[in-house]
Amino acid sequence: MATALAIVRLNDLFAVVMLAGIYSLLSAAFFVDLNAVDVAFTEASVGAGISTLLMLASLKLVKRYEEKTRYKPLLALGVVTITGALLIYGTLDMPHFGDPNAPAHQHVAPRYIQDSGTEIGVPNIVTSVLASYRGFDTLGEVVVIFTAGIGVMALLLVSRRTKEESQKLVPADMRQQIILRVVAKMMLPLILLFALYVQFHGDFGPGGGFQAGVIFAAGIILYTMLFGLGVTQRVFKPELIALLTACGVLLYAGVGVVCMLLGGNFLDYNVLSHDPVHGQHLGILLIELGVGITVAAVMITIFHKFTWRAVKHKYDQ
Amino acid sequence: MNILGLYNYWIVVILILIGFYIVIAHENLIKKLIGLSIFQTAVFFFYISVGMVKGSTAPILDDRWQLYSNPLPHVLILTAIVVGISTTALGLALVVRIQEAYGSIEEHEIQMQDTNDQLECQLEAYGPRKQFNIMKRL
Repeated sequence: MATALAIVRLNDLFAVVMLAGIYSLLSAAFFVDLNAVDVAFTEASVGAGISTLLMLASLKLVKRYEEKTRYKPLLALGVVTITGALLIYGTLDMPHFGDPNAPAHQHVAPRYIQDSGTEIGVPNIVTSVLASYRGFDTLGEVVVIFTAGIGVMALLLVSRRTKEESQKLVPADMRQQIILRVVAKMMLPLILLFALYVQFHGDFGPGGGFQAGVIFAAGIILYTMLFGLGVTQRVFKPELIALLTACGVLLYAGVGVVCMLLGGNFLDYNVLSHDPVHGQHLGILLIELGVGITVAAVMITIFHKFTWRAVKHKYDQ
Repeated sequence: MNILGLYNYWIVVILILIGFYIVIAHENLIKKLIGLSIFQTAVFFFYISVGMVKGSTAPILDDRWQLYSNPLPHVLILTAIVVGISTTALGLALVVRIQEAYGSIEEHEIQMQDTNDQLECQLEAYGPRKQFNIMKRL
C-alpha cells in the first residue's frame, strides 16, 4: 500500500514504473498467502515482468517527467472520499474474511472440489475448472488477448523501408554488455525449458498455458533486448508469429469442434477418447497448448511492435 | 463477531481509492494507465480474499488435506490478469500514437491543441467575424 501511495506522489515516470513492478511482486506474495498459487504465478510473471517491460518500452517514446497537474486535487480527493465511504458502508454486510459459510463457497465450488478429482482426473482444481468446466469462458479470454494483439499490430504499424534501413543502422542498445550477453545465453535455454515445464505440468502443480506463454515470451524478449530485433526476427519471423497467434485460438476452438463432431457438446472432452478421464486429459493438454501459443505469440508481437516504434523514432531523427 | 473481520475489504477499498485518485487527478496518460492497473489489482485482491477459507490450503488435490480454498475466483482472476496486460498494452499503443500526433501525453496540452484546431477550422469556414464571436463566448 505504501508503494501505491509513492506512485501517486512521484512525477518521475521511470521511478513510477519501477514501483509498479515492485507493487506487482508484492501482490504476488500476497496472493500466495491467500492460497492462490496459480494467480500469484501469473501476477509475478505478467505484472512484475511483461507489464513493467512494456511500460518501459513506451516510456522510451514519451517524455520521462510528468508535468505539474492543473486539476484541483481537492475536488478529486472529495470524489474519492465519498466513493470510499460508500464502499466501506457496502462492506458492512459482507461475510467475514475466511468465513467457510460465506455465500461464495456455497454454489458450484463444493462440486468442483469434491468431484473434479474423479471427473477430470487432474489434481490441480484450478486447471480443471479453467480448462474443462469453464472452458468456453477461457476461450473467450483467449479471443480477447488475440484481439488485443491485433489491435496493437494495427496501431503500431511499421513500414518495410524503416525495417530494412534500420537493420543496418541501429544495433541493439546493449550490444556492448558482454557479461549480460553471456549470462543471457546461459539463461535462455533454461527459461524456455521452464516455460515448457510450466506448460505441461500445469495439470499437477501451479501453472498452465497462460503462465507458460508469458514466461516463453519473456525469454524471447530478453534475447531481443540483448541481441537486437534483426537477429531475433530472423528466427521468429513476424509472419510466423502472426500465424501462431491465430493458430493457438484455432487449436482451442478446433478441439471444441472436434468434440461436437464426435457427438458431444462444444468443448466436452469426454468423447475425445474411449475413457472419459483420458479424454479430459487429452482435451486439457491440447487447449492449454493453444492458450500457451496464443499468449506467447501475442506478447512477443506486442513487445516487438513497441521496439520497432522506438527504432523508427531513432531512425527518423 | 466484531467488525474487524472485514479488514480485507478495507484494504481493497483503500487500494481502489488510490487507483481511482490517480486516474482522475493526474493528467499524464501513462500515470493514468498505472492508476488503472492499481485499481485492477485491488479488484483481484477482492476476488481472491473472498475465495479464501480459514485454515485451508491451495486448491491442488492431495490426500493429506481436506479443506481447500475456493478455486473459482482463482480461475477468474488468472485469466483476468492476462487479459488485463493485453488491454494495458493496447492502451500504451494508443498513448504512443497520441504522443506522435500531439507531441505530448499531458491531457491539457492535447485539449488545447484540439481547441486551436477547431478555431482554425471555423476561421476558414465562416471568416473572422464568427471567429470573434466564438472567442467572446469562450
